[in-house]
This record gives sequence, structure tokens and C-alpha cells, in this order.
Amino acid sequence: MLRFVVRRLALLVPVLLGLSVLLFAWLRALPGDPARTLLGERATPAAVERITQAYGFDRPLPAQYVTYLGNLLTGDLGTSSRTGEPVVDSFLLRFPATIELALAALLVAVVLGIPLGYLAARRHGSALDTFLVGGSLLGTVVPVFFLAYLLKLVFAVQLGWLPTAGRQDPRIDATHVTNFFVLDGLLTREWDASFDALVHLVLPAIALGTIPLAIIVRITRASVLEVTGQDYVRTAEAKGLARSLVRRRHVLRNAMLPVLTTVGLQTGLLLSGAVLTETVFAINGIGSYLFDSISTLDYPVLQGFILFIALVYALVNLVVDVGYGVVDPRVRVS
Amino acid sequence: MSGVSLPPAGGPPGAPEADPPPGTPAELALEPEAADERGTSLWRGAWRRLRRDPAAIAGAVVVAAFVLVAVLAPLIAPYEPAGAQWANEVTPSSVPGPSDDHLLGLDSFGSDLLTQLVYGARQSLVIGVVSTVIGLGFGAALGLLAGAFGGWVDVAVMRVVDIMLSIPSLLLAVSIAAVVGPSPTALMIAIGAAQVPIFARLLRGSMLGQRSSDYVLAASSLGLRRRSVVMSHMLPNSLSPVIVQGTLTLATAIIEVAALSYLGLGDPNPTVAEWGRMLVRAQDRLATDPHLAVLPGVCIAVSALGFTLFGEALRESLDPTFRR
Repeated sequence: MLRFVVRRLALLVPVLLGLSVLLFAWLRALPGDPARTLLGERATPAAVERITQAYGFDRPLPAQYVTYLGNLLTGDLGTSSRTGEPVVDSFLLRFPATIELALAALLVAVVLGIPLGYLAARRHGSALDTFLVGGSLLGTVVPVFFLAYLLKLVFAVQLGWLPTAGRQDPRIDATHVTNFFVLDGLLTREWDASFDALVHLVLPAIALGTIPLAIIVRITRASVLEVTGQDYVRTAEAKGLARSLVRRRHVLRNAMLPVLTTVGLQTGLLLSGAVLTETVFAINGIGSYLFDSISTLDYPVLQGFILFIALVYALVNLVVDVGYGVVDPRVRVS
Repeated sequence: MSGVSLPPAGGPPGAPEADPPPGTPAELALEPEAADERGTSLWRGAWRRLRRDPAAIAGAVVVAAFVLVAVLAPLIAPYEPAGAQWANEVTPSSVPGPSDDHLLGLDSFGSDLLTQLVYGARQSLVIGVVSTVIGLGFGAALGLLAGAFGGWVDVAVMRVVDIMLSIPSLLLAVSIAAVVGPSPTALMIAIGAAQVPIFARLLRGSMLGQRSSDYVLAASSLGLRRRSVVMSHMLPNSLSPVIVQGTLTLATAIIEVAALSYLGLGDPNPTVAEWGRMLVRAQDRLATDPHLAVLPGVCIAVSALGFTLFGEALRESLDPTFRR
């Protein structure tokens, strides 16, 4: 098992290296002087000169790439041309909000999606099945930000059941340890703060979780249907195993493999969806940070964001692959 | 499954034409034995199943309506698009609702809402089709390369594809638009590029599945050149998942255009009617005039739904192992 994990980790290296080459090429492909691009429009000639020196823009491209890679490895993603703050610091400050949102959305998707998909497969052909399949189709075609607007309009603005924006009521004097607001409340035993943060998460999580939810319902349903038709399930039933045991040990376990892969593939979707959701609900995560950076073409931030997301994406899929190895022993060998 | 599964020349109406990926010689279509076996081909069977599938018919109807509206926009739309001809009738707090002159009322800039929606279909269709062609073309070329040669070519190509996959499509689109500058071309390249890895993986996987099949072995042992084995045997048999994906990608593209517009990376020309931008502009009036946002939102969802329904039905009808 350890060898499997190490091998999968080693496979990450060429992907990340390739990504760094792409990003390097991307920064160079931008029109204009790279130092000026990094610093923004209003940079002084002295600052441009300093950055040109520091990043070696006057040296040959391979040497520049080595410097660039060295900076990346030491965690230097540059300074935002909009705020003047180091990109890494801003990310670390804002990342918990995004992770919290993405996890909440994933939770909505998995906790509802797997049972619903399983139910649809069990009641295959029934009205419930048709309803769930239809609903999940609809779920995949509604644009995230449109759904976010609708939810906000109906449940926050018109009905007033849930807060319209933000992560926590500013009137609550909460202590923040990790910047995961729900967790902070639990850690400091400020239950009301934790609960308030949770309430703020409901609408954004539903908005962001709908597409993954729809996908998980569909994949689970298809997967369970396929496994149910397998010979080994018939064998298990024929030899008189209890129905519940067959379902748990044979059907569910095997059906979960594609679902697991799908959950891993949702990471990218969740993180890009977070950009849109955070903007609608004014959540101060990296999504809204990116949104502001797009309009000002803040390249260090854009670059850092891509690298960050790619890293997270790669790590999540690593975890998924390892999870795969746990569920399916064959994967470990091949 | 029969050995030959070329799409019949006439093609089922509504079925997306498989664009030959760059590098595919025209000989593909001229394969002589293809004509003889059409009667039993996978596509003929699929067409039979599609006609009986209500979901496929519903999808096809929506797609046909969408394409018709897009193509005939100048004939259908009552006015010129984005003219803001009635700007003086719009106040900061209210927008004129439906009337005899304007079936759906005006938008927040004083243009006819129905006209905007109709022309929006055109924009979505153009961007959707072009970006899908870009994604399918390049993706299929990469997949073909990897699937046909295998070995180190496969490894190298798939690593590149993995890297592309590790960037979420929206971000890929953002980075491309940042280099090229916001324009319809950037939008199409960006959305297309994000689809390249998906098509590449699909075609490669599907071709690898064919490599070990008996008919490929038979063709190789008969002494056929690899080029001809790949092009006239493996490729046609591997294409159906790619074509299905192409239909589904049209749905994704329509949604993605809206998302990019929302992020301010859409077509910078304000006189072009575009559903995503209509949605964005309507957000200030969400509480007073929700229909301004709901209508383009519904248009996006319904047209995407049409392509999805049809694509899914096509997938099921093409899959010999799939029976509902």
C-alpha cells in the first residue's frame, strides 16, 4: 500500500513540472514587458528595473525558467499588482473560506446524492426513478450563478429565512483560530458563532453542490444498476446470502468505485464553481479574490490561483486513487 | 457489433456530424465495404432505437427549435437587437412589462426583451458549435495519436492531457482570455481548449479498447498497413463516444459562455445579445423585475437540457450493452 502511494506521488512530479512550464510560457506569452505585467500599469521604472533584476528577465529563457521554478518551490508566488500583498499570504488567509464552502457543497452532494442514486436504481423504472433522473438532468444544466441568484432571491430576500451574504453575522464577536468559521466556533466553544457560520453556508452550499449532486445521483444510479446485473450478485443471491448482506457487500461496495472517481473529478468543478458562488454571496474566499483579479488582470494572482488549484486538484485525486486502492484491492497490484 | 459502423451518408437528422479530426484522410469515407454493411450498422440500429425514445425526441425537438431560432433570428425577432430604442421608457426602479408592442417587455437598457432572447440563441449556437469543433478536433487528434501508437507516444500525450485536466476548465478559459484579450474568438478558443483533454481521453480509451479486439488482430495479420488498420478499422469503431460527448459538450459550452460573461470575459461588444450578459445585467433588478434574469436563465437551461437529453439518448442507443 505504501509503495502504491509513493508511486502515485511520484507521478505528480512530471504533471506539476509540466504545469510550471505551461504557466511560465503563459506569463511570457502575455503582451508587453513581463516585469511591467507583474507589477501592473502604475509601476515606477525603478520597480520595473528591480523586478527585472530579481526575476532575471534580461537573461536567457532557460535561466529565467530555473529562477521561476526556484521561486515557486520556495513558495514565492509574487506580489499582487492590485493590493501589493504577497499572493501566498492572501491565499492562505482566504483559502479556508473556499475550502469550507467546497466541503459543505460536497457534503450536500454526497450525503444526498448517493442514497438518492441508490434509491433510483432500486426503484428502477418507477415514477420516483423518472423523477430523480429528470431532476438530476435539470441539475446539470442550470448555470451555478443563476441558481445562486434564484436561491438568494427566494430564500434570503423574499422569505428571509436565511442570510443573504457573508460568512457570519458581523455582530457576533467570534474568535478566529483557523479561519474555518464553523470549526473555530467548535474549538472555542462559541456555539452560536459556529451555528451562525453554518446557517450562512446553507444557500451557497446548495447552489454550489447542485451540479455535483446531480452528477453523483446519475453515476450512483447507473453504477448500482450495472453491478446488480452482474453474475456475482446473482451467485451471492443464489447461494442464499441475506438480501441486505448482498446489497452492502457486493452491490454497494462495487458500485462505489465509479462514484469515488466522480467525487474526485468534482474538485475542479467545485473550485471553479466557488468563484461564481462566492461572488454572488459575497464570501471572502479565493473565488471572490480571483473575480477581482480578473477584471484588473492581476497576473501574479491568476498564476498563483491556477497553480494552487492544480495542486489541490492533483492531491485530491491522489487521495481518491488511494481510496480506490482501499476499496478495490486489484488497483494496488496493477 | 458489426465490423463497420460508419455513420450512414444521409445521417440521422439531428445527429451531430463527426468532423474528421485533422490528419484523418478522406479515404475514411471512401471505404468500399462500408456501403454494403450499412443495413446492419451500429448507427442504423441506434437510429431505430432513438426514434422510439421519448427523451431523444424531446431533446431533438428542443435542439431543432434552438437551431431554427438561432438561424432565423432576423426573421423571428420583431426588432433590431440591442438597439436600446426605448431607453427613455426605462426608469431606475422599473422596466416596462409586456405590451402589444413588446411581447415580453423591455430589458433594462430599453431594448425589446424578446429580440434580445432570440438573438442570444444565435450567439450561443455559434460559440457552442465553434468551441466544440475546436475541442473535438484537437482532442480527437491527440487521442488518435495516443491510441494509434501506444507506447511512449501514448505516455507523452497523456501526460500533457493530464496537465490540461489539472486546470479547471473555467480557469483555463480565464487564462486564455487573459492572453488573447476578451473577444468572441478568445471565448471560443478558451471553451474549446477546456474540452480538448476530455475528447483526447475518450478517443484514446476507446481506441485502446479496440487494439486488442479480434478484428484488429485479423486486419493486422492480413497484412494491412497500420495506417489503414487505425484509420479504417479502429477509428470508426471508436468514434461513437466522441460523438456523444460532442453533443453533451454543446450543452456545457452554452453554460460556460454564460459563466465567462459573468466573470467579465464575454464578448466586449455591447450590441451583441448574449444570454449570460443579460443575466448579469439583470442582477440589479432581481427584486423588482426577476423576469429579466429568469428568462435568459431559462433559455440557457432549456437549450443545454435539449443537447444533454439528445446526447444521453444517443449514448444509450449506441451502446449495445445498455438496455433500459
